[in-house]
This record gives sequence, structure tokens and C-alpha cells, in this order.
Amino acid sequence: MTGQYDDIDLRVRIGPLRLRNPVLTASGTFGYGREFADLVNLHRLGGVVTKGISLVPRPGNPPPRIVETACGMLNAIGLENVGVEEFIRRKMVFLRSAGTRVIVNILGDSVDDYARLAARLTGIEGIDALEINISCPNVKKGGVAFGTVPEMAAAVTGAVRAATDLPLIVKLSPNVTDITRMAAVVEEAGADAVSLINTLIGMAIDCRTRRPRLANVIGGLSGPAIKPVALRMVWQVARTVSIPVIGIGGISRAEDALEFLIAGATAVQVGTANLYQPSAAEEIITGISSYLREQGEAAVRDIIGTLQLEGG
Amino acid sequence: MTKFQEKAQILDRQELAAGVFRLTLHAPLIAGSAHPGQFVMVRVGELFDPLLRRPFSIHQVAAGGDLQLLFKVVGRGTGCLARMEPGREVDLLGPLGRGFRLQREDPVCLVGGGMGIAPLYFLGKRLLQHARLPEFDPVLLGAASQQELALLADDFFGLGYDVRTATDDGSLGHHGFVTDLLDAVLPRVSKVYVCGPYPMMRIAAAKCLAAGVACEVSLETHMACGLGACLGCTVQAQEGYAHVCIQGPVFEATEVAWQ
Repeated sequence: MTGQYDDIDLRVRIGPLRLRNPVLTASGTFGYGREFADLVNLHRLGGVVTKGISLVPRPGNPPPRIVETACGMLNAIGLENVGVEEFIRRKMVFLRSAGTRVIVNILGDSVDDYARLAARLTGIEGIDALEINISCPNVKKGGVAFGTVPEMAAAVTGAVRAATDLPLIVKLSPNVTDITRMAAVVEEAGADAVSLINTLIGMAIDCRTRRPRLANVIGGLSGPAIKPVALRMVWQVARTVSIPVIGIGGISRAEDALEFLIAGATAVQVGTANLYQPSAAEEIITGISSYLREQGEAAVRDIIGTLQLEGG
Repeated sequence: MTKFQEKAQILDRQELAAGVFRLTLHAPLIAGSAHPGQFVMVRVGELFDPLLRRPFSIHQVAAGGDLQLLFKVVGRGTGCLARMEPGREVDLLGPLGRGFRLQREDPVCLVGGGMGIAPLYFLGKRLLQHARLPEFDPVLLGAASQQELALLADDFFGLGYDVRTATDDGSLGHHGFVTDLLDAVLPRVSKVYVCGPYPMMRIAAAKCLAAGVACEVSLETHMACGLGACLGCTVQAQEGYAHVCIQGPVFEATEVAWQ
């Protein structure tokens, strides 16, 4: 598709993965792509990150699973997904014809789960990269999330690295004391890129019934409410690691995406905004081009990490 | 079924009773392809608060591409929508979900409680497109009071249906639950369509099951996307979880694991 900004170069590289523009859709907010086919020109997107896939199908959590909060939402979907075999057999048929990059988000209960998933997805036509969700509990280690213990995050990353030659993105949890340390250890363990942030853990209570609003009691906060936290973490991580950083968290407009790019992200993922504004990602792509033209920049690469600091 | 995102101009806003509104919107793409029981996701906020769209069943569509929504102000989302003046545009996604399966022959019964009456009017109009005698189709309508129910009941009278009413305060028709009216009509209908509060639908479903009459119910849940992407609008079904936005909102009553 030819746009009105053909002279603007939006291409970016996430390690070995080449994207036509830096705007992806975030896992869990865009289904398996097909759900948005009537509403979004998928071939305009930099890529689609799929719903998180596990070795076997997962039913997810009991309802209620979502609740709206101030400028955001909490979810406790519980990683419901069709499982890797059904994903390959049915969901990939559409995705490989969608004309965009396909990044498969994977999740597991053990290091071995992740490695087996990565091996199974390697060599499947149309899969361009993997994103590892390390915010899941490690069942064998008492349910502590992989993404909160550096050694476990490194072990998962290393096992997946050994199992696949696909470009590897590790999605970091913000629910840690020092996210730069997590980024550094997964870089060391072989990640080609990091994406951040996953949701912030939160909760909401119905005062009238004195019951939690989510059946799971706690859930992940997303949406515009978390953007400043995400932006801060992306900026810190981008200064720490040498691999590309993908910014996620409350991005709903071009200006949000540009903030992340300036802070040091090489690409961004649009998440919750897809749910209430399916055209958000496309509008952001158009808006980035407009901004670059206004700023006299020829390529989006030229604004990455250009944050101006006093005396810097 | 193609889905559309459409900027719809508000043509008219009627306050039928205190806090009960009927909005007429010009949405030709959605109105032109909608089926009774389907819904639209409405962007009720300007920016980020309220953040999520709100689901509304389609009350009726009219020639020329108009579409109506019927709702009661119960929270922030409906409050925002009720304050929107005619002339302004609202962003809609639709038509969404799986609607009612149309019974072309044999008498059917429509049972609506409160704002659950909304999709039944669209259904009642569409059923008439097939040769049928509406005077043999009972329409049972319930609400809190005469004030809330009278105008809506008149609409079904206007279509020629056998309308019977029930109100909580006895100000119109039967003094009690609308489901009390179901027993008398079940022996002579082949299918019952129900939309209303959950306890009312549960009672209606149980009565239909006991009588061996097919029953479809339209469920309501909180939703984020309405598209089957977020998987947030889960209900407990007989076989695991079901997602109201894509597998519903209309279900066979026997598919639902009633709580």
C-alpha cells in the first residue's frame, strides 16, 4: 500500500528481525490477528504479537476477568489460549497470509515448557520471531514468576536460545525491584531484544459487596495509566543494554509512541488501545510519519534514543 | 459477517422515562448488516476515562441506515452516552456477536425484562418479515413501573403482538415478575426468546426446560473489546468457558451453566 509519506523511512531492525515500521500490536490485545481483519489493514502494521501460546490449551481464569479503572483496566484472563498445536494448525493459516510480521508470544510452567515450545515453533512457515512471556509462575519453583528472579529469567532465555534460531524477544515484568538487572541478564543469556513493560500487578474492590472486582482478586493493570512508569523503565533499560528495546505500556497515540522512541525504544507495541480503538496502531504509524516530516527527519531510526538531557 | 467501525451521528435522543433513553443514530454500514440480538461497542468517552467502549444491543434498525439504542443510566458509561447531544458523532463498532436464531413458523414467545426489552423489539420486527400471525405470539414485558414500560409495550402492540405486561409495583399489568406470565403461554409456543436481568433469565430458562420448549437467552457481561480478542467477557457454560462477545451474546439456554 502506498501512503502519503513514501519518502519517510520507517524501517527498523530488532536484531535479525526487520520491520517495515516500528509499530507492533501487543500480545493479548490483538487475539490471533484475524479478530481485527475487518477493522485494521494488517499489512500496514510493523507486526503482530500473538496471544500467548502454551504447550497445551489453557481455559483461563473464572469470571469476572476484567475491570475498568481510571484511565486503564485490570485483567486476569489467566493466559487462556488454544495451545501450540491448534495455533500452528489453525491460527497460523490466517496469520501467514496477513502480510505482516508474526511474532509468537510463548509461556510455560517450567523452563522445559518454554524450550519445547520454541523448538516446536521453529521452522513453521510464517513465524518471524518469538517473544517470551517470563511473567508466568514457575510451577516447579513454588510459583515464583520467572520474570522476578534473575537466575530463572536467564535460565528460560538460555533454554529457548538453545532451542531455536528465531529472533528472540524477552518480555520483561515491571513487578521487580530493578528492571535493568533483568534486562541485563536476559541479554547475557542470548536475547536478541527485550520488550517492556508487561502489566503492573494491581487490584480493585467493590466497596458495596466488599469483594474483589476480579475473581482472581489481583490482575494486570494496563492502559494510559501506566505509560509514565513504562516510559521510565524503557529509558533506564535502553541505557543499560546494547540489544534493541521494544517499548510497551499505555501507548494509544503517535505522541506516546514517539516518547518511547526518543527514550531509546527501537520499536513499540500498542496494547490496550487496540481493545477500545482498533485503528490505534494504524493511526500511530501515520502520526509518526507526520511527525518525522514536520521535524525534517528522513528516517525513524534517526530519532531513537535522542532524548536531550541537561548537560548531556 | 463483516464488522465496521463507523462514526455515527446522533439524530435524536428521547427520554422515555426518568433515566431511560432511546438514541437514534445514523450508522448505515452497521444498520444495513445487523441481525437481531447483535450488539455494538460504543465509544462513550472522549479520551481515556471511561477508557473502554460499552456494549449495547441494537434496539432496532430502520430504512435509510438508522439504528436505535435503548438504555437506562446505571453507571458512568451510560451517563456519558445519555449526555450526548443530537448532532454529535459517536464511534461505533458493529454489528458484533451472534444474534437470535429466527424461528420462521410456529408461535414464539418474547420475554423481556427492563432494558432487556431492547433487542427484542428488533427481533419482533424482523420476525414479521416472515409470514406469521403476531397475534398468536405472546410478548411478555416486565419493568419496575408503568412509567418505564408503557411506551415500550405500545411499540409491540403496534406490531400486532399479543402483549402482556408485569411491573414490580403493579402500576401496569401483572403485579410481580414477568416470568410469572410464562406458564400460561408455554404450552402453545415452540420457542422462547429471553433478555433481561440474570435471575429473570435463569427462571425463564428453567421453566422452558421443564416444559420442553426451546429457549434462547441474551447474556450481558463486562466487555473490553467485543471482538473476541481480550477474552475478558467469559461466562461459565456447560462445556467450559464461553465468550459472550463472539459465542453470544445469544445462547441456547441449555448451553449456559446457570449460577
